[in-house]
Amino acid sequence: MTLLLSHLSRHFTDAAALDDVSLAIAPGEFLALLGSSGSGKTTLLRILAGLDYPQSGSVTRGGHDLLSMNARERKVGLVFQHYALFRHLTVTENIAFGLRVRPRHARPSRTEITDRVEKLLKRVQLEGYGGRYPAQLSGGQRQRVALARALAVEPDLLLLDEPFGALDAQVRIALRRWLRNLHEELGLTTVFVTHDQEEALELADRVAVMNRGRIEQVGSPEAIYQQPATPFVCEFIGKVNKFELQREQDRMICGALDFGADLWAKRYDRAVAYIRPEHLALATDTGWKARLRHIYLAGSVAHLELALDTSEQLIEVDVASEDLLRLGLQQGAELYVQARTATVFPLANDTGEAKSEDRRVLRPHQQPY
Amino acid sequence: MYRRRVLPGFGLSLGYTLAYLGLIVLLPLAALALKASGLGLSQLLQLLSSPRTLAALRLSFGGALIAAVFNVLVGLLVAWVMVRYRFPGRRLLDALIDLPFALPTAVAGIALTAIYAPNGWLGQWLVPLGIQIAYTPLGVLLAMAFVGFPFVVRTVQPVLEAMDRDVEEAAASLGATRLQTFTRVILPMLMPALLTGFALALARAVGEYGSVIFIAGNIPMRSEIAPLLIVEKIEQEYAGAAALGVVMLCFSFVLLIVIAQLQRWSGRWAERST
Amino acid sequence: MRTTAHVSRPVSWQRRALHVLLILAVVCFMSVFLLLPLAVVFVEGLRGGIAAFIDTIGQREALASMRLTLLVAAIAVPLNLIFGVAAAWAMTRFQFRGKALLGAFIDLPFSVSPVISGLLYVLLFGAQGWFGPWLEQHGVRIIFAVPSLVLVTIFITLPFVARELIPLMQAQGSEEEEAARVLGATGWQMFFRVTLPNIRWALMYGVLLCNARAMGEFGAVSVVSGHIRGLTTTMPLEIEMLYNGYNEYDHIGAFAVASLLALLALLTLAVKTLLEWRYSDQIAPHTPGGH
Repeated sequence: MTLLLSHLSRHFTDAAALDDVSLAIAPGEFLALLGSSGSGKTTLLRILAGLDYPQSGSVTRGGHDLLSMNARERKVGLVFQHYALFRHLTVTENIAFGLRVRPRHARPSRTEITDRVEKLLKRVQLEGYGGRYPAQLSGGQRQRVALARALAVEPDLLLLDEPFGALDAQVRIALRRWLRNLHEELGLTTVFVTHDQEEALELADRVAVMNRGRIEQVGSPEAIYQQPATPFVCEFIGKVNKFELQREQDRMICGALDFGADLWAKRYDRAVAYIRPEHLALATDTGWKARLRHIYLAGSVAHLELALDTSEQLIEVDVASEDLLRLGLQQGAELYVQARTATVFPLANDTGEAKSEDRRVLRPHQQPY
Repeated sequence: MYRRRVLPGFGLSLGYTLAYLGLIVLLPLAALALKASGLGLSQLLQLLSSPRTLAALRLSFGGALIAAVFNVLVGLLVAWVMVRYRFPGRRLLDALIDLPFALPTAVAGIALTAIYAPNGWLGQWLVPLGIQIAYTPLGVLLAMAFVGFPFVVRTVQPVLEAMDRDVEEAAASLGATRLQTFTRVILPMLMPALLTGFALALARAVGEYGSVIFIAGNIPMRSEIAPLLIVEKIEQEYAGAAALGVVMLCFSFVLLIVIAQLQRWSGRWAERST
Repeated sequence: MRTTAHVSRPVSWQRRALHVLLILAVVCFMSVFLLLPLAVVFVEGLRGGIAAFIDTIGQREALASMRLTLLVAAIAVPLNLIFGVAAAWAMTRFQFRGKALLGAFIDLPFSVSPVISGLLYVLLFGAQGWFGPWLEQHGVRIIFAVPSLVLVTIFITLPFVARELIPLMQAQGSEEEEAARVLGATGWQMFFRVTLPNIRWALMYGVLLCNARAMGEFGAVSVVSGHIRGLTTTMPLEIEMLYNGYNEYDHIGAFAVASLLALLALLTLAVKTLLEWRYSDQIAPHTPGGH
């Protein structure tokens, strides 16, 4: 059953939290809502859970209107950011809660509940912890209890709000992999909210990048990273070098840097180009002349900070540490930089607004290093 | 062992505290303890077994129990409305909750009497309906409820305020109705605070004197409370007063221990700092 | 977003009606239960008109009772203030055996019936008490005289200041004081420049409650006072004497004196509320104390 969100808008007194958001979520999909705080991602999640309502728009699941149902009726499992475990109930009682509050005719028998809780405890690797209170568990354990509690009601849709936000870096990575495996086992449609792009890109089938109440781009992690659709996505995901381009006759240039021929038939006078550090390559004789300012060695990759000769603009170039050694580069060395791929957005002549629909991917220097 | 304390004033502050406490609290308590132990158990029981004394004890304890239960029910409602709803005048009412703490008991006593006496503000309407409050056990209950009123509200309020809305939302998304959320999630979480408030209100009502004696009418066997009996006995012979005093003091101590246990019990769920 | 995100879903009219009903119930209940007694005091006190009010308040016995109430509070409150600070310092800055027990004893007067507090002192200083005969021989009167009034008031109000300070100083920790010591401050310098400024609002809060109770105490002083009008009757006792008097004039007098104490109560509540709003972070989170 496809979950269809169309034209959702939600305004708070001071700002818009959601601004005409539309999204289709396929059955069994693992979708990440990625954005910084205030981007509307949590509001969207809460609307799906039935804890908040949009002022306009609709949410349907398999054709049924979800907004007309309240939180209890939706068959949605929700894992809260801070887990919201019932602190007066044991782990077992927490997990069984959703089953025990069912009306008598729909409530499983006592033994059935016990069985199901046992299975879930096993599934989240917390066998033997059933009698404990939430206060007696570690953060990672609490998170898994919250997950088991959400799964106990056999939801059609699992929602996770910053599922790893409150955990240590170590536990976070372990739990991430575990959650991915669990998703593959269960095949449950899952939507999670995160501000951590690494988490979103690593975990999700598809990522929706949100900004100021709008969805900037929805796509596979690879598409988001390799083909960012908007300047925001370029800047938000990963590291990027930004160049401001001017049109001179039929070429786009940035100072003395030539970005190649104008691709918009002189419709635009200015544009911005984004180039990822790993899409820049070093050369010995051709390309943009630059001076090496710093080397930041980070294991297998070396981040180089370079100052362009023509504009003094600082740029970052990533190379493999091996190459760095091979080239024997020192601070202050003079070298050339070549761009392999640049994502360019033209700017409207009147407003200066980036025209995402006229995005072009340029290859200013065709031959790589 | 050579061990210096970092901050000064240990000897001075602790010494002063102990000396002051010893003179003001412990010495008088010792006087009562000694007086009571001098009586012996059989004499103690004999002093307490007169019908009038038993009736007074029954009224003081029974009345306090009913008043405390009333305070739990009403206090929960008031705390709920104060925390969850916004309405004009809320802050003023909230400040007013503490009035029974701030108003001297004698003032409360004569004010309540002026309201509920047969010719009083409300009494003149209630008595013709057959509801007589002043000069009956009902009046005693009313005064006890009045002085104990703030306890439950003030213990429940902070817990309710600190309660995460997440938890209620979690219950709702797991399929609980509003009523189930209230009875299975909110109420159990409030239970320690409710019980603590109950115990505090009970302790206060059992020992209350000033606000009760004016409205009670103090009819022996009917509306006479134990503290009043103590006052009367002091004027005759100390032994009887001491016997009653010991019984009531023991009750207070038991309640103190119960309250401490309750606080521990509520700490069971609390985050453990590691 | 969480903070602002509460339900825009139209709340059903039944739910809204329930809210209004609950609010109305509470407002009505509190009006009758709390406000009415307060109103009664002032209305009854002013029943004879302003002139009569001033006249009753100006009676010799009434004035004497006010003087005595102020005197008792003026002795008891500062003593308990010093005790409170000392006890809180010892309890929060040092580890020692029996600390929990000490804490229990500090709180004890709250859980003792006022009448029993009075009884304790009668057993100690009364005619048949421990020190009674010896005191009588040497011509010292404690019971049925002002000293006993002061003593029981100290007993009753002993925990107020300490109880405000202990949780606050516990929460504040001793780092700042240690820093002052390391920087070379003497003990008293540290106390007056670091400790006292940190606890001043909580101290004021405690003193406020302590004073309200000291001036309003009835049961305990009633037991030890002997009810000698103009000599050993504090304002609450004067209220009782007037109230139990036989003519209506006395009745109005009782409410007139009572309205002064009610004003004190209102003032206390106002300052207390102000302190709670303004300095909530510098006043310890408190469980309600007995009165």
